[in-house]
This record gives sequence, C-alpha cells and structure tokens, in this order.
Amino acid sequence: MSLDRREFLAKGTMFLLLTGAASRAWAFIEQGRPQDAPDYDLATHWWAMFIDIEKCIGCGRCVDACKVENDVPPEAYYSRTWVERYIIPPIDPADPMAEILPIVDSPNAGRDGFPEVPAVAGAKSFFVPKLCNHCAESPCTQVCPVGATFRGPDGVVLIDKTWCVGCRYCIQACPYGCRFLDPRTNTADKCTLCYHRITRGLTTACCEVCPTQARVLGNLRNPDDPIHQLLKEHNVQVLKPNLATGAKAYYNGLDGAVR
Amino acid sequence: MPQRFRDAEHLVRLAILFFVGALVFLVVRALWVPADFGELGHFRTGVLQDIRNLPIHYAARASCGQADCHEEEVASLASDTHASVGCESCHGALAAHAADPKLAKAATLEGDELCSRCHASLAARPKDFAQVDIEVHREGSACSECHDSHAPTQ
Repeated sequence: MSLDRREFLAKGTMFLLLTGAASRAWAFIEQGRPQDAPDYDLATHWWAMFIDIEKCIGCGRCVDACKVENDVPPEAYYSRTWVERYIIPPIDPADPMAEILPIVDSPNAGRDGFPEVPAVAGAKSFFVPKLCNHCAESPCTQVCPVGATFRGPDGVVLIDKTWCVGCRYCIQACPYGCRFLDPRTNTADKCTLCYHRITRGLTTACCEVCPTQARVLGNLRNPDDPIHQLLKEHNVQVLKPNLATGAKAYYNGLDGAVR
Repeated sequence: MPQRFRDAEHLVRLAILFFVGALVFLVVRALWVPADFGELGHFRTGVLQDIRNLPIHYAARASCGQADCHEEEVASLASDTHASVGCESCHGALAAHAADPKLAKAATLEGDELCSRCHASLAARPKDFAQVDIEVHREGSACSECHDSHAPTQ
C-alpha cells in the first residue's frame, strides 16, 4: 500500500482526531444512511395497520396490488398478503357442546375475488385480510441464525436478501404463516409493509387500492395520525394475543374463531 | 522445575493452538461481517436503504388529478359514493404512466367483472354494502349502460 503525502496527512489526522469507533462511523456518515436522510427519520416512526373486517368485501384487489408492487411470484402459495373467507356454523341447540369447525377458503389467495359457495344454514361469514403482523417481539427474527431478518427501529420486520441463507427457520417460527421461501432466490420472503413506499411518504400498495378503507396504515409515533382515532373508536384485537408477539395488525370485528 | 510443571510444554502448545485459533476466528469474522452490521440492531444497516431503493409501481391517487391530466375524472369520483376508491384500484398499477404519460395503460378488470368483483352479492360481504345479483339486476344490459363507474349513483 502506498500513500501520497496528502493522503497520509488526511488519514493520519483523521486517525488521531477520531477514536476507533468514531472513525468507523465516519464511513457511514459519508455514505448517508436512511436515518440521516432528510425525508425519513427512523426514530419518529412505529408502523402499524388497522384492518376492519366489517368493511372488507373480499374483492382481492389488495392481493393483486401486492403481487404487482413487490414482484411476488404469481402462485397463491407465495403470497405476502392474502384474504381468507370464514364461514362459522352456528351452535347446534340440540348439542351445544359439539365442537364448531369454521370453514376457511382462500381461492388463489383471494386475488380473483370469491365465488359464492353453498350457504350453510344459520352460519355467519366474513372476510379476513392477512399479512405480516410486524410483531414488536417477532418470533421469526429471534430464530434467524445469521442476522438476516430483523425488526427495524421503526417497527417493520424485514429480510436482508443478500444475507439470508435460506434455512427456513423463520418460516416455521412465524405463528401467522406469513413467510415463504422465494423459489427464484431460495431466500425467505415476506411482507415489507411496502417499505420502499412508506419511507417515501406513500401508503402501502394494499391500502392504496383498498376500495372500502378496510386497511389503513398508520404511524403510532405520530400523535396526529388518524390510526389513533380508529383504534380509539373500535374494539380491536390482534391475532393470537396469547403468544405475546406484540403484533401490530389491529383487527376490528375479529371473531374468536379466526386463527 | 517443580514436579507439577513437568509436562508444561503440552500446556504451552495447547495455549498457542488456542490463540492461533482465536486469531483466525477474529480475522475471518472481521473480513466476513459487513462494516455496518450491528449499528441499529442485529442486522446490516445498509439493507434499509437497499429495500427503500426498490421501484414503485402504484403511483397513488394524489398524482392523478393534476392540471391537464385527469381533473374531470377525479372531480367526478370525489362527488359520489366511489370517492373512497383509489384510481389504481380499478385502473391498475400506473406509476410508469404517471412518470411519463405516453407510457402504457395498466391492465384492468374487464367488462362487468369491473363491477361484479365488488358488488356481486356474497353472504360474507358486509350487510350494509351495496350488492346485487348481477344476472337479475342487469336485465340483459351491461352495467355501464346505466351506471357511470366514477359516479355510480348519478
């Protein structure tokens, strides 16, 4: 390695002035990291989604938009978001202790809408949009052996595709079934909460196309965000609260039968 | 040398092996782990920017109603029950078109599917949501003969 006089003086001065840790940080200050970007501050965001089951009409536009926006493989199995239809038969007055088994379907992940199915007498039915819950205490990130998936300081669970080794531990660990192995790259894949959109001031693709506002994205660290009003006005619940995952997809009208 | 240090050279060899091993581990680790790993958590900080750089496909409704673009359609949409429906909900992903108006129209739902996808009656749909038995309601005509899809009740 050869240094000219100017370079030697510059590097020498920097070494003398900055301690070891600070000189490491210098490289990132020069490059400009997201937390330094003027338009997006990691520390002032904590993303969550409000999902209103009483407003979802099962049109599947969200599933379609997600596939297009994020270049997700077309097969239903590889879906970052999907819509389920629940049909819950009534309790039988003749045998009230019998187990109630909900009928759940999601043809092509709900992308093409839902065909009507034969009615079950006395049953109630509704649509449940699903996506990554972006858990604050996410089980999936805790099992990653290489530090490829993580919950960022702004509450979004992401995957470093260049670092993932495709071991599938996270896919098994997610209690909501929100992850899959991308067959093209053999790396884990999941909803990014449209991180490339929300950090540029847009909402997610699914929220953008939802015709009834059944999905609303919100920043919980912003006291003026409308999501606070929605959470106040509705009796919300998260999926599988017993697992204490800190899920941040808040559902209005969530029936206890939904898993 | 006291009796208990009789085989000390074995311990020295073990110690050297241990330190060489530790050194190799530290060197390999330093070379392999990215410099920005662990700054904000157990991940590579740069990945946040990598993901932010992904392309956008849905332009969002705010970009449609600009002057000399689709002012009329946006005003018509805002005037009726479809006000909450985003443009790209029906017209498809049009970020490329918003950036360069000469570029391609996105794929959209065709014909009556445009209406029936949301308004065909389904037991699972909310009871207060407008839905009809399409075959009965249409009475042989296409939806668009009676309804303007931007302002459907007018």
